[in-house]
Amino acid sequence: MDFATLIEILGSTVRLSTPLLLACLAGLYSEKSGVFDIGLEGKMLMAAMVSGAVAFVTGSVWLGLLAGIAGSMALAALHGLASITFRGNQLISGVAINFLAAGLTVLVAEDLFGQGGRTPPVSFGAGRFAPIILPFADQIRPVPVIGPIYADLLSGHSILVYVAFAAVPATSWLLFRTRFGLRLRGVGENPAAVDTAGISVVRLRYTAVAITGLLCGLAGAYMAIGLSAGFGRDMTAGRGYIALAALIFAKWRPWYCMWACLLFGGLEAIANRYQNIDIGAFTVPVQLTANLPYILTIIILAGFVGRAIPPRAGGEPYVKER
Amino acid sequence: MALTGLAGRHSDAAPADVPPAIELRGISKAFGPVQANRNISIRVGKGTIHGIIGENGAGKSTLMSILYGFYRADAGEILINGRPTSIPNSQAAIRAGIGMVFQHFKLVHNFSVVENVILGAEDGALLRPSVDRARRLLAELARDYELDVDPDALIEDLSVGHQQRVEILKALYRHADILILDEPTGVLTPDEADHLFRILANLRDQGKTIILITHKLREIMEITENVSVMRRGEMVATVRTAETSPEQLAELMVGRKVLLHVPKGPASPGRTVLEIEDLRVRDDDGVERLKGISLQIRAGEILGIAGVAGNGQSELLEVLGGIARGTGSVKLNGVPLDLAGRNADGRSRRRAGIAHVPEDRQNLGLIMDFTAWENMAFGYQDDPAYQKNRWLMDNEALRKDAMGKIERFDVRPADCWLPAKSFSGGNQQKIVVAREIERNPDLLLVGQPTRGVDIGAIEFIHRRIVALRDAGKAVLLVSVELDEIMSLADRIAVMFDGRIMGERLPDQTDERELGLLMAGVEATAGKAA
Repeated sequence: MDFATLIEILGSTVRLSTPLLLACLAGLYSEKSGVFDIGLEGKMLMAAMVSGAVAFVTGSVWLGLLAGIAGSMALAALHGLASITFRGNQLISGVAINFLAAGLTVLVAEDLFGQGGRTPPVSFGAGRFAPIILPFADQIRPVPVIGPIYADLLSGHSILVYVAFAAVPATSWLLFRTRFGLRLRGVGENPAAVDTAGISVVRLRYTAVAITGLLCGLAGAYMAIGLSAGFGRDMTAGRGYIALAALIFAKWRPWYCMWACLLFGGLEAIANRYQNIDIGAFTVPVQLTANLPYILTIIILAGFVGRAIPPRAGGEPYVKER
Repeated sequence: MALTGLAGRHSDAAPADVPPAIELRGISKAFGPVQANRNISIRVGKGTIHGIIGENGAGKSTLMSILYGFYRADAGEILINGRPTSIPNSQAAIRAGIGMVFQHFKLVHNFSVVENVILGAEDGALLRPSVDRARRLLAELARDYELDVDPDALIEDLSVGHQQRVEILKALYRHADILILDEPTGVLTPDEADHLFRILANLRDQGKTIILITHKLREIMEITENVSVMRRGEMVATVRTAETSPEQLAELMVGRKVLLHVPKGPASPGRTVLEIEDLRVRDDDGVERLKGISLQIRAGEILGIAGVAGNGQSELLEVLGGIARGTGSVKLNGVPLDLAGRNADGRSRRRAGIAHVPEDRQNLGLIMDFTAWENMAFGYQDDPAYQKNRWLMDNEALRKDAMGKIERFDVRPADCWLPAKSFSGGNQQKIVVAREIERNPDLLLVGQPTRGVDIGAIEFIHRRIVALRDAGKAVLLVSVELDEIMSLADRIAVMFDGRIMGERLPDQTDERELGLLMAGVEATAGKAA
């Protein structure tokens, strides 16, 4: 493998990691506040469809993005209502949201556009996020090693990629350096402690769930009008679940989330680049490489990565007691 | 700082022009048909320690929850420093200068001390300034009140006594002038409790007002100036502590005369029933919880295991009861018990003659949603007397059996069809104790027999345990209540960190010596007997 190929795979890794990372951080906020969310997938899917549709109709990426976020946040609000206000089972609510999104997105897209549940393709400048070329990319490119890294790996992604990676230090700062972060972490571990300190558990959890909705919205919109040129049926393909696996793998820590998502994204990039990998003696078939992210997900979820301790109050509705 | 006498310094009435720190007038609160508080009035003088005692369910916690803004009273008035104050939520209580130390601490286990202290009372959106200020303040409070805790330690690494200090620090950080402590000594060693009382005395001397909720009469006598007694939702009396006695308070609490100590003749131990040698138990994480225990219990003897919760007592009960697995040797009547094989289970233990009243009765002793008669058969459901034929159980026989136990153990209400969860803690425990004791076991394992049990039922359960001993059976009693161990046991073994620190006879030791052993301090060789 030559250096150019490596850069190409790494660049692809960055792009493919982006939706995972956004969804993973989305899950981080919700779960840190004590609300489990397996509905990341559904929210991403909803955002993808809505942003694809609106971006096509209006021709504006920004309107598409906003609409996608709104779609995702609506489902987040539903999850909040079910699991915070009505103290329902968070897993069931999440599953319901996934089913709802899987059906509703195809139904609406088909009804609007009649293209088999897809949204019509959008193009750069008319509803799709264009890559951003960093300053002097072309000038620096000839410089050995650094040049390609700058011009082809760091430069040339859409704005949402940069947003996703900037969200990692931002999340870390927010969680560990601010009042909001302290309270958020507290409410996921022992809501009674936060409650007796005179802070509303419900409001904190809704805030966290809203941030989850926002980030899932970015993830979904990126899938539909950044990475691809339009929404397609079930286009998230389990990325919401992979993000959850990455979250567990990362033990609910922001920087680890990034590395975990890069790993998953990297596997996907390799699978995309090489159909059949030839390792001298035998050939790894495409079916195996394409399934690597999912296999890794199973391995992680089966607990082979050591003990990951979730927020202690996770999954439990808060009921005030004496 | 020099210690003044713990009680009494401020027992003189405050000058007439100083309004009481807290005055409640005619507080009532009902939950559905249950009247938890009925027309309660109380005045707590500024700069005093005021005790509130009462049995479980007497309404103490409800009253304090109203004061801390968890519940709203249906009727009545709250006056803080003479001013009528409305307390709709915890935030309002904090603003009114009220701080609460709950029985179950409200701490975030993986936060540092300083993070817990500032949580909810931060100075601004960024943490750094609050943390810096809290750190300075904690150092000051540590100096002034003997409230020293490492500000950077994680809560989960602290002892329970230190965690409690964090709760007090939290209240002081929020400028609390009135401190409510709910059963603060339940989880403390005697030494830690003494330290707590010194802290409280210091706080009082600085003008803070303290309300101490407890069911331990000794603490009331030791540290309070005034004491209010609650019974069935009503305030039955408020008296000067100096002018009352434990016996009088107990009578006020229960509404009848109570024996605080079970009358018990000397033990006449017979042959050895249980012989434990080098018993070791590891928990699920591979941490060794029992580190080589050796013990003997003889027939007609109660061996009391004292110790602070979490030092291996639970594991000892579990491995003997067949719930946990271990290594080493345990012989019952000379026959080795299976500690890790196929017969290391509760059923085999019961067959061997071991009955078990587990510590955690709501999880291990009862199925809360099942009826009393079902619960009274659990563990013995394959008794031939309960079978109609090969396939069917004889539910009639079970119910008849249960009604007999209910009668003999005075379980109230005497209705075997009620689910376990609708009985009070004391009556739940009677259901478990009846089931186990009536099997006439050779060895009875009892864990925390009176945790969450009313003082009246305590007396009853203690009598039954002594009666079993007098019938020539062996009893292993585990309790964190030193009083209980002292009054019930014929021999006391103290556990610390999975080991037996020493054995003592109750009439040749005192709480101080046991307290030191419980804290892991080796006994000095030349101690006076």
